[in-house]
Amino acid sequence: MTINWPEQIFAEFKKLDVKQVVYVPDAGHSKLIQMCDADPEIHSVSLTTEEEGVAQLGGAWAGGQRGVLLVQSSGVGNCINMLSLQHETRMPLFMIVTMRGEWGEFNPWQVAMGKSTQEVLEASGVYVYRADSAEEVEATVSAGARFAYQTGRMVAVLIGQRVIGTKNFNK
Amino acid sequence: MQAIQKIKPTLNRREVVARILQDRGDALAVTSLGNPTFDVAAAGDCAQNFYLWGAMGGAVMFGMGIALAQPTKRVIVFVGDGEMMMGLGSLATVACHRPDNLSIVVIDNEHYAETGMQPAHAGRGVSINAVATAVGFSQSILVHDQAGLEKAIDTLYSHQGPVTLCVKVTTDPAPTALPPRDGPYLRSRFREALMGSASHV
Repeated sequence: MTINWPEQIFAEFKKLDVKQVVYVPDAGHSKLIQMCDADPEIHSVSLTTEEEGVAQLGGAWAGGQRGVLLVQSSGVGNCINMLSLQHETRMPLFMIVTMRGEWGEFNPWQVAMGKSTQEVLEASGVYVYRADSAEEVEATVSAGARFAYQTGRMVAVLIGQRVIGTKNFNK
Repeated sequence: MQAIQKIKPTLNRREVVARILQDRGDALAVTSLGNPTFDVAAAGDCAQNFYLWGAMGGAVMFGMGIALAQPTKRVIVFVGDGEMMMGLGSLATVACHRPDNLSIVVIDNEHYAETGMQPAHAGRGVSINAVATAVGFSQSILVHDQAGLEKAIDTLYSHQGPVTLCVKVTTDPAPTALPPRDGPYLRSRFREALMGSASHV
């Protein structure tokens, strides 16, 4: 049986009363983005760069709403200084990162951030959880999001490239 | 080649910000780091102000997050021109998503005042006001004088947003006005003002 993990993540968003979902599109997040875009109760916002989402979710929390940032590993590097907002105000930030540059990667330009994503996040004060199989995604997202919102911390769930599948450039 | 028409700024930033905030009612204010934070603090510190002391380039998006969460409140984001240049993409994102209660005030002195008054892009031919128009703002106003400011204030608070107001100001130094900078304090104060005790749950 195939696990529909994007649907499980979306169900978690609804349980957690997530109201703002912000993203720079990534193939690994495409189904989840479609569901968020289609939900009238969610402000689903497409960004020009990932750091915009970090700042927006700071404002969301200041204004009383929960949010989630969806990015690809390459976008994590764009967020670093902006993370000082949540770091310094101790507001929660919950992000779900689809990994590139690891399992069976074709594009060598993805390797740099693929290699450093976890270290860079941890060096910036973000708590990192990984899900490397479809079975782990739901529970990891659920626990990570609760940890973030309940303790006012920054949390990233990294979804391994093994879960998403390797991008085929030769189709 | 078309010459860039230069009008010498005359407005004082502190007076501009104080004048805008005089009509704020229950509006929420967000400030970018540096002088916009000091300008808003000088006009009167209150729980409805959120000062960013860093996170450069993020003030407009921080304001958008609040605006979406608090649709019945006007949110005014005060940014410097250097801050706005760092977050130009955020103007495009705001224009696409169209939060109707968000207004952006660019306090434009065409310099990086905090770091030694280096000339900034806004004084070298880049029009932030024109950028806002180009990305889709239906209301993007450029103001050089008091009469223009008076006319724009009503739009800032009442027109369906998003609205951008660029105000050209002098580089005259202003006395120091430092608001609180403890992040958790600013966070809790702001949230409590909006949600009362529910903000602590």
